[in-house]
This record gives sequence, C-alpha cells and structure tokens, in this order.
Amino acid sequence: MLNWLPENISSFGKNIDGIMYLIYYVVGAWFLLAEGILIYFLLRYRRKSHPTAAYAPGKTGKAMAWVLIPVALVLLCDIAIDAKGTAAWDELKVDMPDTQELVRIEGRQFAWNFRHAGSDGQLDTADDVVTNGQLFMKVNDKVKFELISKDVIHSFFVPNLRFKQDAVPGRKINGWFDATKTGTYGISCAELCGGGHSYMQASLVVLSPEDYEKWLKK
Amino acid sequence: MAEEMNHAHPGFIGTYIFSRDHKMIGKQYLFTGLFWALAGGFLAYGIRQHLAAPHSPTLGHGVMSPDFYNTVVTMHGTIMVFWVAMPILIGAFGNFLIPLMLGADDMAFPTLNMLSFWTFFLSSVVLLASFFVPGGAAASGWTAYPTLSVQQGVHPINWGQVLWLLAVALEFVSMLLGGVNYITTPLQMRAPGMGLFEMPIFVWMQMAASLIFMLSVGPLVGGAVLMLFDLLFGTGVYVPEKGGDPLLWQHLFWFFGHPEVYVLLLPALGIIGEIIPVFSRKPLFGYKPIIWSTIAAGILGFIVWAHHQFISGLDPKAASVFSITTIIISVPFSIVIFSMIATLWKGSIQFTTAMLFAVGMIAEFIIGGTTGIINGSAAADVYVHDTYYIVGHFHYTLFPTVFYGTFAGLYYWWPKMFGRHLDERLGKIHFWGTTVFFNMTFIPMLLLGLAGHQRRIADPTIFPLLRNVQYLHVIATYGLYGMLAYQLPFCWAFCKGLVGKKDAERNPWRAATLEWLAPSPPGHGNFDKQPEVVAGPYEYSKPEEKEDFIPQWKPQEAL
Amino acid sequence: MSAHPVPIAHPMHELKYESISPSMGRVGMWAFLASEIVTFGGVVCSYLLLRLCHPEWIQHSSKTLLPIGAINTVVLLTSSLTMVLAHHSAELKNVAATKKWLACTLLLGLLFLCFKGYEYTHEIENGYLPNTAVFWAFYFAMTGLHGLHVLAGLVTMAYLLIAIKEDYRLTAVAPVGLYWHFVDLVWIFLFPLLYVTTQGA
Repeated sequence: MLNWLPENISSFGKNIDGIMYLIYYVVGAWFLLAEGILIYFLLRYRRKSHPTAAYAPGKTGKAMAWVLIPVALVLLCDIAIDAKGTAAWDELKVDMPDTQELVRIEGRQFAWNFRHAGSDGQLDTADDVVTNGQLFMKVNDKVKFELISKDVIHSFFVPNLRFKQDAVPGRKINGWFDATKTGTYGISCAELCGGGHSYMQASLVVLSPEDYEKWLKK
Repeated sequence: MAEEMNHAHPGFIGTYIFSRDHKMIGKQYLFTGLFWALAGGFLAYGIRQHLAAPHSPTLGHGVMSPDFYNTVVTMHGTIMVFWVAMPILIGAFGNFLIPLMLGADDMAFPTLNMLSFWTFFLSSVVLLASFFVPGGAAASGWTAYPTLSVQQGVHPINWGQVLWLLAVALEFVSMLLGGVNYITTPLQMRAPGMGLFEMPIFVWMQMAASLIFMLSVGPLVGGAVLMLFDLLFGTGVYVPEKGGDPLLWQHLFWFFGHPEVYVLLLPALGIIGEIIPVFSRKPLFGYKPIIWSTIAAGILGFIVWAHHQFISGLDPKAASVFSITTIIISVPFSIVIFSMIATLWKGSIQFTTAMLFAVGMIAEFIIGGTTGIINGSAAADVYVHDTYYIVGHFHYTLFPTVFYGTFAGLYYWWPKMFGRHLDERLGKIHFWGTTVFFNMTFIPMLLLGLAGHQRRIADPTIFPLLRNVQYLHVIATYGLYGMLAYQLPFCWAFCKGLVGKKDAERNPWRAATLEWLAPSPPGHGNFDKQPEVVAGPYEYSKPEEKEDFIPQWKPQEAL
Repeated sequence: MSAHPVPIAHPMHELKYESISPSMGRVGMWAFLASEIVTFGGVVCSYLLLRLCHPEWIQHSSKTLLPIGAINTVVLLTSSLTMVLAHHSAELKNVAATKKWLACTLLLGLLFLCFKGYEYTHEIENGYLPNTAVFWAFYFAMTGLHGLHVLAGLVTMAYLLIAIKEDYRLTAVAPVGLYWHFVDLVWIFLFPLLYVTTQGA
C-alpha cells in the first residue's frame, strides 16, 4: 500500500516514511489477525456445523485473559509507535537545526508568494529575492522559513518533502525543511481556503550549488 | 391528575404529529433522518461524479464551479454527521428502544422528548432553507474554520453560513433536550429487579453517548454564538486584524468534534452488542469490561482533540502528548471489539441480515480503526493530514458505524417497530452489494491520499502529481454508483415492510431483552402488565436449562 | 437482584421503577445542567485565553457600569434566597407560601433584566457595540446568553405560579430552583470577569 507514496527527497522524510512503514506492518499484522479470527469464527461456528452454543459470559479473569492479553500486546505496540513517532516529530517540528537559507512564505487567496533572504540572510533587505509561485533553494541546504497568511488559513504542502504546515492569519510560524535532490516539485494548499483552493499551486525548484549561485546573482 | 392525561386518546395530531409517545417520536426521527440520508447520498454522488470527470456535467447541475463544489462537500459532511447519523442512531433507535428495554411506559419526560424532535425538525427546515439564500449554502467545510467561514463574500452578509450555524446550533439544542431523557430514563425508570448492570448494553451505550455529547458540545454552542456575532455584526472574535484568533474556533470545534465520533460510534456498538449475542446464542462476552472500557474511552476522548490540529500552528511540543493519548485510546476500543469477536467463539451463528450487518460493521470498522493509527501519530500525520487518506479513514469508521449499524438495527427491530419483517432475501442482496461496493469506493481514497492528494480540491487533474492516479477517482465513483444501486433492494424491502398484515410475533428472534416481551408493535404504554426482571440481559445457552435462553422478564400469564 | 427493594411510582408514569432518586425532575435537571456548565465554561475559558493575550482590553472593560453590575449581583443573590424559601414551602406542601416566594423571585429576576436593559442602552448610546472591540463581542455574547437563561427561568416560574396546585407540579419547584441557582452562579463568574478585574486601569 505504501508504494503509492511519491518519491521522498528530504532528509527528515526518511523518518516519516519509516514511522509510516512501522505502523503499516504492526497494524497490518493486527488487522490480518483480527479479520482472520473473525472470519474463522464465523465459518467454524455457523449453525450448520455447530448447532449448540457454549455458555461463556467472560465473567472470570481467566476467560477475560483471552481479550486482555492481546490488548496488552496492543498497548506494547502503541508504546513502540509513540516512541519512534515522537523522535521523528521532534526532529522536524520541535528542534531547529542550523540553517543556511531563510525565506518568508506567504499564502493568500489563491497563490503562494516567497521572499528569499538572499546572501545576507536577512529578510526585508535590498538583496531579497521575491518570487511568485516558485520557491528556489539549494540542494542539501536547510531552509528556515517564516510562514504567514494574508487572509484565511492555508496549508503549505509539499508531498515529495513529506512536509506540511498550516499558515494561520495573525501568526508567524517558523520551521525548516531541506531537499536532497535537484528538480522541480509540486507545492499545493491542503486547507480549504475558498473557491480557488484547488488552483493554489506553486513549485519548489531545488537547484544545484552552481545554479543556485547563478539564480541569486540574477 | 397525571394518569388521566396519559389515558386520554390524543387524536390524529397528538398521535402522529405532536406525539409525546417515544415510539412515534423515534419513527419521526427515523423518517426525517432517512430523508436526509437521501439528500446526503445525492450530494455524495455530486462529489464523486465531479471528481471523476471535473469538466463534465453532474446530473441536475451542469459542470460544477469550484465554489459550488465546496458547498456540496460542506453540506454532504454536515448533513451526514448531524442530520443522518445523530437522529437515526440516537434519536430513532434511542427513543424507540430505551424505554422498551427498561420495561418503562415512556421516556422520563415525554413533552421534552416531543420538543426535542420538533427542535430538530426546525433545524432541518433552516438547513434546507440555507440552500436557497443569496450566495448559496455554506461552503467552508463541515468544520467551518474561520477566517474563511467569516470572510465577507460578494454579499454583505454570508447568509448561507449564518443559517448553517443556526441550524447546527438548533440541532445541538435538540440533541441536548433528548440527552436529558436518554440519561434520566435509564437512571430512574428500570423495571423492578433491573439493576444498572442488568441493563442491556445498548442502553449503556446510549447513555454514555448522550453524556459524552452533553459534556462536549457546550463550548461549541458558545463558539457558534460568537461566530454568529462575527457574521452578523462584524465583530472579530475569530479575525486576527480585529483582535481575535482563528485557532480558538478549532479548539472549540474539536473539543466537541472528537467526542462526537464516539457519540456516533457507541450507539452503533450498542446495536451490534444486542444482535451478536442473539444470533450466536451466546452471552455478550465481557459485559462489564465493555462498559468500563467505554467509559474509559469516553474520558480519554476528551483529551485527544488536538490531534486534528497537529500542523495547525499549535505548539509542537503539545502534539507529542496528544499523539500519545490518541494512540492509547486504541486500548479500550480493542477491548470492546475483541470482546465482540470473542462472543462469536463457540457460538451457534445464524446469518440473518441483521447479523450480517453486525459482523460486517466489525470487519469494516477494524479497517477504520487500524488506518487511524497513521494519522494519530503526529509524525506520520505531517504527511497524511488533510489528504484523501483522512477522507478514506473517517469514512471507514463512520460508514460502518452509521449505515451498517442502522441497517443491522432496522432488520433486527423492524418487527418490533412495525409489526412486520423486512424481506430477508432482499436484505442479503442489500448487504453483499453494499459491502463490495463500499470497499470499492473507499480503498481508492486511502491510496489517493498516500499518493499526495489533498482534500477538498475541486479539480485534481491540474496537479501533475495527481494526474496518473486520476483513475482511482474513477474507480471510486463507479463504486459509489454500485453502492447507491444496491440501496434499491433496501428501499423495496422498506416499502414492503410498511404495508400489509402485521404478522410478526412478539419475540421472533428468541431474544432475552425486555422489548421482546411487549406486543409487536407495542401499544400506548408499551407493556400489558408491570414487567419484572429476573435475569441478566444475555442468558443464552445456559447449561441445564430447557430453553436455550432465559428471558429477562418474570413469566406473565398469556393474555 | 437490586439494592432497591421497593420500586418507586413516579407521577406522570403508569408503571413502577427502580430509581436512583425519588425525584425525576432533579435527575433530569442535573443532566441538563451538566451541559450548561460546559457551555458557559467554554465561553468563559475562551474569554480568559484571549483576555490574557490582550491586556489592552482593559480600556474597554473599564467602561462597563460597575455599580449597576454590583446592584444586579445583589438582586440575583437575593432572588436565590427567595427561591430557597419557595422550595422550602413546596417541601412543606404550602401552596400559598410557595407561590408568594416564587412571585418574589420572579420580580427580582425582572428587576435584574431591567437593570441589564438599562446597561445595554447606556452602552449602545455611548457607542460600545459588539463590533467595537472583541471585548464587547464577548461582553454582549456572555451577558446575552446569561440574560436568555434568566428569561427562560422567569417564563418557567410564571407557568408554575399559574399551574401549581395542592397535588400538581409542587415537585417541579425543586428542579427549577436548582436551575435558578445555576443561573445565579454563572453571574457570580461573569460579574468579576467582565466588570471588576478591570476597574482603575
């Protein structure tokens, strides 16, 4: 099922895919087990092959163990998933690594606009590069962003990066991402923002170091 | 005095329209809910048709504009949750069955009950009216997130959104009034001999659902009043430029919205908890653990709401906590589901249509539950949040809950409700058709989401990433056609079940709970004589007994 | 099987039941109030959250009429006392005294609404409308919601004044009293939050 995921091109995306795979296998095993037992019971104990039922209200602890032991195993799996999930989450959303680029992302009805801090690493200075609908970055650079919205709630979604963050009017949300492969990738809006919601797309252009220098100079 | 009022013949209007009888009110809820199910189903057709072929016309509308598509999506969600699921699962089944299962003559407060239905009816009228105001019905999603929902459009006042809020608020009030009855009646009106732990699981589930609803909806009602202010008076409670905060609404909404899932799930679990023991001739496995788990899940349900907001700008440190509570909630629900499966063990299973829908609900709900672990984990949710994966996931939880639960309940209790049986042969066609096409509709949605398809977009074909998975939309749409087509056998059985000779016995399924002591259908006052309870609700196949079940009631002389 | 050996007969119902309380109305009212508590609780928490982020709201909140709010607090507290007396008389099955104290409560409730109406008029005349600032949106929403609850209580009491007889509806005084105390309690929260914490800024 998970090979439907688009190609991952970020460093943190590996861990997000990892947690998805972990959940997929753990939960998939439980799913097969539960459905298997359900179907087995339904076939094995249908009236034709099992005309008289046994009396088992499950009032004793011994009987309930049949339910409680699997539930304890479920709890163990939960803890494993939580432990791994928290690590992946913290890496992306809680910790802020050293970043090499800075960009302000603005969502508005219905477009994404970007203000790249340029080589001085300061926003709102003369060497800022403003682009509409295209976000440029250098491959393997960690990009720090400031996400704002002009009107309603939008959500900055880059499927290939495994990255998503809502843009909320009145708030400035900081975070980071990176990309490990050059190319052009789709950016979309994942939060209903009005009639033009589905037309609100942009592209992420990941440049090689040489192309990036050339772009900055332009 | 009071007793005389009860015996007076209420006349046509008193019997069928402004009825205070819980059975009639239950049927009123049922028919209103089914009417809305048709409307919601038609909107579902609109969504699917449009997504499969965004540039071709949809029946009755031509090519949908993106704005109109948003309206259709919004109203589909709103209608299905608030005007189909709640009135049928709680309003109809709860009303009809709670007094009968307790051995009571009616709800605790019959007039309040009537008021509850008519408030609900009024909310239906308001919602219907919202389609016909300037600017059309609400289009900001069933969650109505500001600032989109309070944004000024072409018209100075967004009447569609205003009526949406009014309708939803009225519906909440109606369910609150009903909830007073669903809680008070089991506490106060059990037949002599019935302790709280001799109540059928259905009554427990209804009581828990109402309690959860009543403890969670209040803040949203207050929030809705504030949003009405924003819309009508131009205040800015949710608008940052005017000093408000749009995230406030999200907290109020999901503080209610997540418990609401359990408000829908629990009554359905109650329904199948009645049906599975009867058709496997076994006591419900782990009756008390199920009740305690339900209560635990209900309480946990109040501290998970922020998992709907992992990436909404919430403090990311809080997300880890909510992620843990969310995933832990799988523990109590595992107890409930495993217990239901254990009830089948060494049973003697009879596959009536009701039983098929009951076990079908478990089988499908397991998919809904397991797919939910991915979006419950904050890290994985970064990717799947607001994608079609979520759409697939919550349809896998809500469709089995609402529709399988309702169908199971209708096939099972129809003899008690209308004195006739629903056609079993048509019922089985209905079940298998629905099940096959249900999966055909929603598995593609899970895959679409994984492929990076965000929710609520009117035209997926403009995204390069999504063009090569567009065929999944087509499959899902054919799935929906199939699913709709296979509701026809049900409609036919439904119509047949309303006319003809009332030939159902009192206890056709040989069930042990008290509603089967009453005549089919029960008359005014429900029982011929004061019922007395001598046994638990699920005494099936007890060894050394003559019959394979012991009814809850003390035997009464035949009348 | 059960802890209650003697089933209870409730007025308005034909059969006898196992019940946790002899009063149907009280249990129902508690269930209803549970939902009311979270309703007001939700709005109050929302107000507090925003208020803590916006100290500048004090400019607006200092414009509320503290003296009238204080008088209204006294009026409402007194009405709770008369309600207790009505309830007490109802327990003693004294119809005349019950009606007398209910009427007092009703009048005090009306007085509360009159003062509130004066306040609203004063505020609107001075240009403090709901859309003046978010504070006023909350002010009007919270006091308006509370006012509607007062009004609903008054209508119920007016009905009881007419309906109560020796053997009819006397038991309804207890749940209505419970409701009235709740309405009073809400005001005890609203008064400091909207009027008091802000003066002298």
